[in-house]
Amino acid sequence: MDTFLQQIINGLTAGSVYAVVALGYTMVYGIIQLINFAHGEVVMIGAMVAFTVINALVPYGLPPLSIVLIGTACAIPVCMLVGYAMERLAYRPLRQAPRLAPLITAIGVSIVLQHLALLVWSRNILAFPQIIPSRSYLVGGAAITTVQIAILAICFGMMVALAIVVYRTPLGTAMRATAQNPQVAGLMGVDINRVIAATFLIGAALGAVAGVLYGTYYGIAQYTMGSILGLKAFSAAVLGGIGNIPGAMLGGVLLGIVEALGAGYIGDLTNLCSYEALASRIADCQGGGNFVLFGSNYQDVFAFIVLILVLVLRPSGLLGERVGERA
Amino acid sequence: MSGWRGRRGMRWAGMAFIAVALAALPFALAQVGTSWVRITNYAILYVLLALGLNIVVGFAGLLDLGYIAFYAVGAYTYALLASPHFGLHLPFWLILPIGAAIAAFFGLLLGAPTLKLRGDYLAIVTLGFGEIVRIFLNNLSRPVNITSGPQGIARIDPFAVGSFSFARPQSIAGLEFSGPIKYYYLLIVVMLAVIVINLRLQNSRIGRAWEAIREDEIAARAMGINTRNMKLLAFAMGASFGGVAGGIFSAIQAFISPESFVLVESIMVVSMVVLGGMGNVWGVIVGALLLSFVPEVLRWTVEPVQLALFGRSLIDPEVIRMLLFGLAMVLIMLFRPAGLLPSAVRKRELTGHAA
Repeated sequence: MDTFLQQIINGLTAGSVYAVVALGYTMVYGIIQLINFAHGEVVMIGAMVAFTVINALVPYGLPPLSIVLIGTACAIPVCMLVGYAMERLAYRPLRQAPRLAPLITAIGVSIVLQHLALLVWSRNILAFPQIIPSRSYLVGGAAITTVQIAILAICFGMMVALAIVVYRTPLGTAMRATAQNPQVAGLMGVDINRVIAATFLIGAALGAVAGVLYGTYYGIAQYTMGSILGLKAFSAAVLGGIGNIPGAMLGGVLLGIVEALGAGYIGDLTNLCSYEALASRIADCQGGGNFVLFGSNYQDVFAFIVLILVLVLRPSGLLGERVGERA
Repeated sequence: MSGWRGRRGMRWAGMAFIAVALAALPFALAQVGTSWVRITNYAILYVLLALGLNIVVGFAGLLDLGYIAFYAVGAYTYALLASPHFGLHLPFWLILPIGAAIAAFFGLLLGAPTLKLRGDYLAIVTLGFGEIVRIFLNNLSRPVNITSGPQGIARIDPFAVGSFSFARPQSIAGLEFSGPIKYYYLLIVVMLAVIVINLRLQNSRIGRAWEAIREDEIAARAMGINTRNMKLLAFAMGASFGGVAGGIFSAIQAFISPESFVLVESIMVVSMVVLGGMGNVWGVIVGALLLSFVPEVLRWTVEPVQLALFGRSLIDPEVIRMLLFGLAMVLIMLFRPAGLLPSAVRKRELTGHAA
């Protein structure tokens, strides 16, 4: 099997989910310059709600696809409610406050949501029901499963839909206006509060779907899944240029691919036995042994390294515009 | 009317009273249960951590969400140099400075690439840094076993000077000193030292430079402050305090694993600083003590209440603890953004108008 192509496919799949989550971060950041720390938690709640609904429906013998759709349809409104509630209760009162305040609030909201989820769904790792029959197809020496195809199609569909909303509808115009300058947008008759609430709602809905896709893809869900997924998605948003919608899409996909290739190759690259000069000096290498410095269990490090590199080398991201210093 | 001499006398009397109270506290707690002495020790460790983080967050205004990484560095330094893992058993008074220095080095390592970042970006990068450190601790067991991975390191030496070991119970002058009580006194001494350093720092040239950077970095640079060195100094100093606390933690626990250094711990320390009042040493101490003790008190009250009402424990006290942390952060920011005991300058910054 072709490792390279396989990792690209895996990376694309994971990356498109990151991209959808990253959209939630970047839209909120674009409009109110807040890192909505709790967005990962919204994604987690989406996965959990869908998990519960799907598990409850499985015994009734409905067609698998419709069960997953019903699960997703239940997760979306719940997540939108959570997203709206946190904007209304935790972030709106702090809109004029210095930037540290809403960030700390967001961390607090994230902890609260995570532990409420723990109360509801326990701290166990839940096995996400794998009810959709998965077939794999061979593409140029690599396998792609039906689930992967579905995830790619759904994610790209959602990205296109979002792009249409943002660039072709009155709401989108209002969002972009608010992002540029809330005061002036307000003077032009844009109801800023509604636009910001709408942004949170859209982001949460996207997050809910992403949560279901993530759960389906990896087959597990846990109350902590939101934080690492959220961090990766945030890194993706920064990589693309935070506040920039196409950037978040690009960043997500790129990050997924970097991560997959990194995890796929780091073991081989840091296997000291594959270097002639070193192999003869390491006892473990005798008789075809390995001496791997960093294995694929370092996968999660890549997102952070990408994040730090981008912030140090090009803080505005790949597609972002250079912004002036904001305190 | 109390004159100058009178007020000074009052002050001495107050300090003497606090000293006696602190000295008698562990014996009073031991009457309730030895576990409360332990809980107090952990609370003091959190005070140390919160005071260290206060240098970075409170004084210099750099929000660090990966602070627990330095705690981990200190803890692992101690564990590796004083346990059967490598067969090294160095004395603690040698390791603690080493741990502080290594933690400070990690502080520089984190600080150097993030000098240009501010506010929320910095927060996320520091968070990522904390996670990277934890991932490495979890995985550095292969191919060469350095950290033992998720299993952690066990049988770490307690602090000892000659034949005087902090872990053994001992009878001195008719009083029974248990291990935790000995560590309590050690921790009190370290805490007092850290408090003095913090207070002295705050009003020093360095402390004022940090304050200037926090208020307006560009203006601070224009005033001739070397912002780069000052920020690095804040990171290194804050980190070294975390390293010392980590070393003590390692010795008290006698066992450490990456489990103890998760993101939630970083956030807990941040919420202590935020709750108490960023930049105010006394506020931070109050915040750390509150968030350490309230959950423990809850643990002792909520469990029996639940058992009495429902016949079983419905909500894990640990969950209540975390919910409290989260809610405290949200509510404090909404209603009292400068913390319970705000520093005057911070209050002005965080509420947007003069205090």
